[in-house]
Amino acid sequence: MPINDWFKQRETRRYTVTSGASSDGLPDGVWRRCPECKRTLYQGEVARTLSVCPHCGHHFELIARDRIEALADEGSFVEADAGVTSGDPLRFCAAKPYTESLEKARASSGLAEAVVTGRATIEGLPVAIGAMDFRFVGASMGSAVGEKVARLFELALAERRAVVLIIASGGARMQEGVLSLMQMAKTAAAAERFSAGGLPFVSILVHPTFGGVTASFAVLADVIFAEPGATVGFAGPRLVEQTIRRSLPKGFQSAESLVEHGMIDDVVPRGELRERVTTVLAYLMHRAPAAPAAFSEGEV
Amino acid sequence: MARFVMEFERPLVELEEKLADLKKIDLAAMPDLAAEITDLENEVERLRQTMYQALSPWEKVQVSRHPERPKTPDYLEQLFTDVVELRGDRAFGDDEAIVTALATLGDRRVMVIGHRKGRTTKENVKRNFGSPHPEGFRKAERAMRLAAKFRLPVVTFLDTAGAAPGLEDEERGQAWAIANCLATLSALPVPVVVVAIGEGGSGGALAIGFGDRLIMLENAYYSVISPEMCAVILYKDAARAAESAAALSLTAQDLLGLGIADEIVAEPLGGAHRDAEAVVAAAGERIAAALAELGGLDAAALVERRYERLRAIGEFVEATGT
Repeated sequence: MPINDWFKQRETRRYTVTSGASSDGLPDGVWRRCPECKRTLYQGEVARTLSVCPHCGHHFELIARDRIEALADEGSFVEADAGVTSGDPLRFCAAKPYTESLEKARASSGLAEAVVTGRATIEGLPVAIGAMDFRFVGASMGSAVGEKVARLFELALAERRAVVLIIASGGARMQEGVLSLMQMAKTAAAAERFSAGGLPFVSILVHPTFGGVTASFAVLADVIFAEPGATVGFAGPRLVEQTIRRSLPKGFQSAESLVEHGMIDDVVPRGELRERVTTVLAYLMHRAPAAPAAFSEGEV
Repeated sequence: MARFVMEFERPLVELEEKLADLKKIDLAAMPDLAAEITDLENEVERLRQTMYQALSPWEKVQVSRHPERPKTPDYLEQLFTDVVELRGDRAFGDDEAIVTALATLGDRRVMVIGHRKGRTTKENVKRNFGSPHPEGFRKAERAMRLAAKFRLPVVTFLDTAGAAPGLEDEERGQAWAIANCLATLSALPVPVVVVAIGEGGSGGALAIGFGDRLIMLENAYYSVISPEMCAVILYKDAARAAESAAALSLTAQDLLGLGIADEIVAEPLGGAHRDAEAVVAAAGERIAAALAELGGLDAAALVERRYERLRAIGEFVEATGT
């Protein structure tokens, strides 16, 4: 790539999250260290591999838009309900005001809310797609997230689209109290209504997915995949440890153990996700993906 | 009978005990004691009124957890006849933390689903203190499906600190079990009346905790997280639960204000355990009234109405023009 293009790309590209970048002493945005194999990686290279370590396969956290872009056809994503954001319905103020957490999340992530949703195509198949962003108050679900997710299911049902959600979350958002709890029922109801329409819902669980989000729409999908190394559960590992009063077995709540226990369909590396989701959607929508290389006109 | 004393009512209980001691003294021998007793009686009554009439959210949580508070089995026994308990999730086991039963309320046949705390320690150990395992939720979902198939209205009783957070609960899919309850409950073609009788802890309560009518007892709570756990997260100190209880909007009065609860059943001063029978009877009347009202709606209208109710919950900001 010509060096000028690289600079241009650097300007527009939203890089992967460099959480802890300062602690490893590497300049932010150019180099990063893999927490798994400890190798120093060139950021540009990591971005090309969908933020997977080329040496050990560690999956770095990705921001919502990058997750959507990695799945959707190039340029096909059009955001919906971008104006739906969290208020402070309970005027929650314990330890620090909720409004302060929201402002901080908005400033640091550049996002309006913890989930980004919209319309797109995947290999030509019409989808309603959404991705959650852990940088925004731990991708927790309050009224706004619940509303955006519910609307996504409704939009998909009305327009006969599949739903694809890339999910990470710390759970229900404490600062909206019982309103957040009720979003679990709201999103589950929307998912159930969508499901009755005979359209597919595929969820991709990424690290970490917990609490009220796992226990509502996330696992109501027809097909559930998870990224390698993702931790998924209802109760957080520390609480489980306190409950059973002994240390947890290795790999507890890992994506790999969820497959073993029959809770999800497969662990799919990020690089294979798009192909896998496309194939599943094509089956469940009785459609051929529109990728010209994979299928010719006469095949279907 | 030695009764369970909640922390905040200790000053009152001490006065009450002092009064009781005084009353044991032979008044004929000490005539001037009568005036003192009257004074103390007035003082006790004044304290009782002020203390119980303005319970803080955290005090209400304590009342909701009172060991002598009427529990689901009390409601089942007092209000319902011809109770046939249905057991087991048909996959793994029978979780006694949730009871499901065919039961008759007045002349109405219903399906009862409730969290089941025990009355004794032994019962509580068997029932995991009312915190269900995945099997419990799967049993509940089985009962919901039965109710739908045979057109039986559903009455649920909420009283749980939350879903069990154990290792095996996670391995057996606690989140999946709860999510499936939510989905099934949302589309049930029969009336669903929910009664929050004590604790409404998080997803474990919600799994059987929404429907066409939410009746809450005056001191019941319903919360996204326990005040203690919230305090640990916010302040790294469980002892600050009172502050988080106030911030979480978890009382019956809060839920009524937010439009989530529909009505509140009053409790006697001090809590439902002071007159369990009357409270259970009052709840029974509300349940019967709700079932009578909802009985007039057809299945499609019920499901649509329930969906709209859920869709309306939540407050967010929406910028125009996007």
